[in-house]
Amino acid sequence: METLLQQLLNGLVVGSVYALVALGYTMVYGILGLINFAHGEVLMVGALTALTVISTLMGIAPDTPPLLLLGVGLLAAMVVCMIVAFLMERLAYRKLRNAPRLAPLITAIGVSFLLQTLAMIVWGRNYHTFPQLISTTPMQPIEGVFINPIQITTIVASAVIMVGLVLLVTRTKLGRAMRATAENHRVASLMGVDVNKIIALTFVLGAALAAVAGVLFASNYGIAHYAMGFMPGLKAFTAAVLGGIGNLGGAMLGGIVLGLVEAVGAGYIEHLTFGFLNSSYQDIFAFVILGIVLIFRPTGLLGERVSDRA
Amino acid sequence: MDQLAEAIPYLGKRNPKAARWLVIIIALVAPIIAMMFGRTWVRILDFALLYMMLALGLNLVVGFAGLLDLGYIAFYAVGAYTWAFLASPHFGVHFPFWAVLPLGAGFAALAGIILGFPVLRLRGDYLAIVTLGFGEIVRIFMNNLNYPVNITNGPQGINALDSMNLFGWDLAKSLTIGDFQIHSLYFYYYFFLACVVGSIIFIQRLQISRVGRAWAAMRDDELAAKAIGINTRNLKLLAFSLGATFGGVAGGLFGSFQGFVSPESFSLMESIAVLTMVVFGGMGNIAGAVIGALILTALPEILRNIAVPVQETLFGHVILDPEVLRMLLLSLAMILMMLLRPGGLIPAHARYSRPELVGKGVRT
Repeated sequence: METLLQQLLNGLVVGSVYALVALGYTMVYGILGLINFAHGEVLMVGALTALTVISTLMGIAPDTPPLLLLGVGLLAAMVVCMIVAFLMERLAYRKLRNAPRLAPLITAIGVSFLLQTLAMIVWGRNYHTFPQLISTTPMQPIEGVFINPIQITTIVASAVIMVGLVLLVTRTKLGRAMRATAENHRVASLMGVDVNKIIALTFVLGAALAAVAGVLFASNYGIAHYAMGFMPGLKAFTAAVLGGIGNLGGAMLGGIVLGLVEAVGAGYIEHLTFGFLNSSYQDIFAFVILGIVLIFRPTGLLGERVSDRA
Repeated sequence: MDQLAEAIPYLGKRNPKAARWLVIIIALVAPIIAMMFGRTWVRILDFALLYMMLALGLNLVVGFAGLLDLGYIAFYAVGAYTWAFLASPHFGVHFPFWAVLPLGAGFAALAGIILGFPVLRLRGDYLAIVTLGFGEIVRIFMNNLNYPVNITNGPQGINALDSMNLFGWDLAKSLTIGDFQIHSLYFYYYFFLACVVGSIIFIQRLQISRVGRAWAAMRDDELAAKAIGINTRNLKLLAFSLGATFGGVAGGLFGSFQGFVSPESFSLMESIAVLTMVVFGGMGNIAGAVIGALILTALPEILRNIAVPVQETLFGHVILDPEVLRMLLLSLAMILMMLLRPGGLIPAHARYSRPELVGKGVRT
């Protein structure tokens, strides 16, 4: 029982990070019908930028309070990620908006590997220790179940951001313009929406979320390196599909569900397969879920749109 | 071959016959010239031929049938590991060449069908991600199946694979006639070359066959293809399994050529590299796949030999190591090609039954 609770808790933490990244995928997909393969790398850029900024600051002013450090690092990460996403959209994707479907996808793969390579040049191949500015001392709210402050922060921060995003999309003028663009570019532009601006903004917004996710992810695991974005990116994509791609609520739900399934699955796989498979197969869950969802319910849990476009 | 000859600037259009001979001569003397620069270059040419086979196979799936497969390297892995299981001291079995290679191809084809079945209904981007997942699953299993029963020997991989032995002639041994020695790398080169030429002929025939035309129809408009009575399900499965077969054969050759296999050789990056070769050369075009594979295998090596010394003299140490340069080159090639020349280096053009009528107001 304690194991199950513990795994559910861990799943919730990872799941909320997936959900943040999945939102970026789903927003871009909703508006462009493009799977921005490079979105996971934005997470990596965010984490590594924060790492650089924080360690520089720590070198200059060692007595800065840790929360301020984290805040500044996060801010820097968000800004850098937004610039990266903006350039990505402007230089690579915009020209391909009306190209045959394979072209933008292949470009996205190229962008993803380009970002990884550039990160490898800037930050090297090594694993870096990410400073754990929020305490990781575990507490025991229930006997045998551990939770630490950074995990709580992750869940709370993700929840707050997601609520904020939903409010932005459903309540503001900008959100309405985004929804209109997703519905139909042409009609939206006839209604006075600057479609190019909205698309760029969507990318930038998604990147900001990915930056937060990156910092939270790295803080949880205490490490950061150039290839760290790939797996969470892929899993977040799975989460987006699981929830119904193009659907904000779906992305959040998908992220949480995927995180839970993965954590519980990893905890029990050894018993289930009589010791043949162990937790090093954890990454398989996401792919298997992705396959099953796409085959049996391609619209995802909450999606209603027929996936004919995909 | 004709496409390749045609692609040569100037000569290709004016004197196709000469161009064709030029291609043949280049293919035959390439290793001899490469040997003058050192043994490594012949080795690189050998690898280029293997990549050509991979690119040809992937081109079948992506270029002809229009199914974006990002897990293609998994089939390569299946072929290589088949070789490792059946012809190495790992399990202590040593099957002959002519048994292992078809088996590897068969297993790869089977893997292609296994992957093909569930993804039949998926299109475009979804298909790409699921195939990517398939490739990763295969890699994860290769990495972890050393416990509780040691099957793949985990991340260390399997060593000391048997070399190729054609009718009692071991390709891995250099031949000495008098005081003249022919290095074994030459044998590999000509053997791989024969394999590639065989593949090209096969694929060329395939492209203009009923199947090839049906693939093109399916790629251009699946719904319309279905409407005119094309069985898209079987064609997709055929594309996956045939493409996989090429991967399996190339994998087997790779395993025995290199002498060891490990999961590291079958990472996603390799899938992407092969895809880049196809995209760079020109999707749906045999010559494109061949040229793309040649350029993108050779160029990083050339860069390695130029960039490292240049950086050392300029900065005193190496800033961009060759592996980084290769990734940089591949990713930029992919992005820039899509933006500037989506058809690739040698764009595939539509085939017409009566080319002389094209552009004269007669619909063919």
